[in-house]
Amino acid sequence: MLARRLIPCLDVADGAVVKGVRFRDHRVVGDVIELARRYAADGADELVFYDITASPERRRVGVAWVERVARELDIPFCVAGGIRSVADAEAVLAAGADKVSINSPALARPALVDELAARFGSQCVVVGIDVDAQADDHGTWRVVADSGKPEQASDSGRDLLAWVREVDARGAGEIVLNAIRNDGVRSGYAHMLLDAVRAATDLPLVASGGAGAVEHFGEVFERCGVDAALAASVFHAGEIRIGDLKRYLAARGIVVRP
Amino acid sequence: MNVRALIVAAGGANYGSLCEACRRIGVDAHLSDDPARIADATHVILPGVGAAAQAMGALRARGLDRALRELRRPLLGVCLGMQLLYEHSAEGDVDGLGLLRGRVRRLPAAPRWPHMGWNTLAPRMADHPLLRDIGRDDWFYFVHGYAADDDGATLAAAEHGAPFAAVVARGHVHGTQFHPEKSAAAGRRLLANFFAL
Repeated sequence: MLARRLIPCLDVADGAVVKGVRFRDHRVVGDVIELARRYAADGADELVFYDITASPERRRVGVAWVERVARELDIPFCVAGGIRSVADAEAVLAAGADKVSINSPALARPALVDELAARFGSQCVVVGIDVDAQADDHGTWRVVADSGKPEQASDSGRDLLAWVREVDARGAGEIVLNAIRNDGVRSGYAHMLLDAVRAATDLPLVASGGAGAVEHFGEVFERCGVDAALAASVFHAGEIRIGDLKRYLAARGIVVRP
Repeated sequence: MNVRALIVAAGGANYGSLCEACRRIGVDAHLSDDPARIADATHVILPGVGAAAQAMGALRARGLDRALRELRRPLLGVCLGMQLLYEHSAEGDVDGLGLLRGRVRRLPAAPRWPHMGWNTLAPRMADHPLLRDIGRDDWFYFVHGYAADDDGATLAAAEHGAPFAAVVARGHVHGTQFHPEKSAAAGRRLLANFFAL
C-alpha cells in the first residue's frame, strides 16, 4: 500500500539552506549536503530543494549542488526555482533530480507544463501553487505569483481551483499547495484550501505551510486526504524528528514507510 | 568474474544517481551510448526518466535498440527503462524493444494518477536471485504513470489502483518499475542482487 510521504523542504540560497517566516527574513540554517544526508538517515521520504535565489533574479538554478546532492542521497528529490524551459528542466534532471517543480513560470506561460510532461513524462512535473489563504474566504482563492520575494509577489489573476484543473489537464504529475499565510507560522495546515483542491483533482497532492506539531501532520493526512506533507522549520530546528513523527503517525493508523 | 557494469546513457535520464548507487555497493559503473561498449559489458542497466516515445527515439538514433536486442548478459531496465523492454507502450503509442512479451498501459486514474511514492511488493517468485533478502516489508520508491501487466514474467507485483509488474525477469532480461537507486537500503540490496547474477 502506498505510504503517505513526509517531505522536508530545504530553501537554498547560494548553496546554503535558509529559512524565513512568510518568505521573509531568511537566515542560514545549515549546509545543503549535511542536512540532506541527515534527513535521509532520519527516514525522510523525499526532499524538495527550492532555490529561492534562482526564480526572482531570473537566473537558472545552478546544477553543481544538484549533482552533489544526487551523489549523496539514495532517496528521491525534487528541485524547484528558476525552471522556465525544457532545457532548464533537462539540466536539473540530468544532474540527478527526480522531479522538477514549477510555479511562477507556469503562471506566466502555462504551455510549459505541457512541454515538460511531453518531454519527461507527467511523473516528473510538479506544479507548486502559492495561495494567500485568507485573502478571500468566500470560497474563491487567487493564486499568487512570484511569492519567492515578497516585494515582487503579485496576484496572478488566476482562480485557485481553475488553475488546479488547468495544470491537471496540461499534464502535471503532482501539486504542492502552499498556504502563504500559514508558512512558518506553525499553526497547522490550511485544511479548507486543501479540501477544495483535493476535490478538484486526482493528482498527488502535497500540503505545504503551517506545520508546527506532530498533530498537524496527523490531522492533514486524516482530514484532507493529502498524499504528502511538506515542512521546513520544524524539521530544520530539530523540534520534530522524522523518525518520531513516523512512529506517531503509524500509531494513529496512518500508513508510513518505517 | 569481474563486473563490468554499463549504464546506457541515451538522453536526459538520471545517470548520476544510478552511478553513485552502484558505487555505494562497490560497483564501478560506466556511462555510454556506444553500442560496442554495451556488447562488452557483463551487466547492463537501461535507466529512464522521460516519456516512452522520446526515449525509444533516442535509443534508435544511436543504434542502441539493436545492441540491446543482441545482448545475452544480464540486463536491468529501471522505471521507464523497464517499460521500454516490452513490445508496446501506450505512452505515446510507441513500439518498445520487444525483449519482454506484453504491453505497457496507463495506470488507473483512481485513487491517484500518477503512482508516486513508497510502496511494498507482493513477491510471486520469491526464490529468484534478484529478490534475495527482499520481502513484503521492504519499501521501494515508485514514480510513474504507466506500467506493464502483471503476467508470467512478474517476480513481484505492486498495487496502485490495480496490480502491475514491479519486478520482472525473463532469461537475462530484468526490470524494476521502481527506482532501486532511490530506494535506500532495499534498493541497494536489489542492485547488489543484480550484479551477483
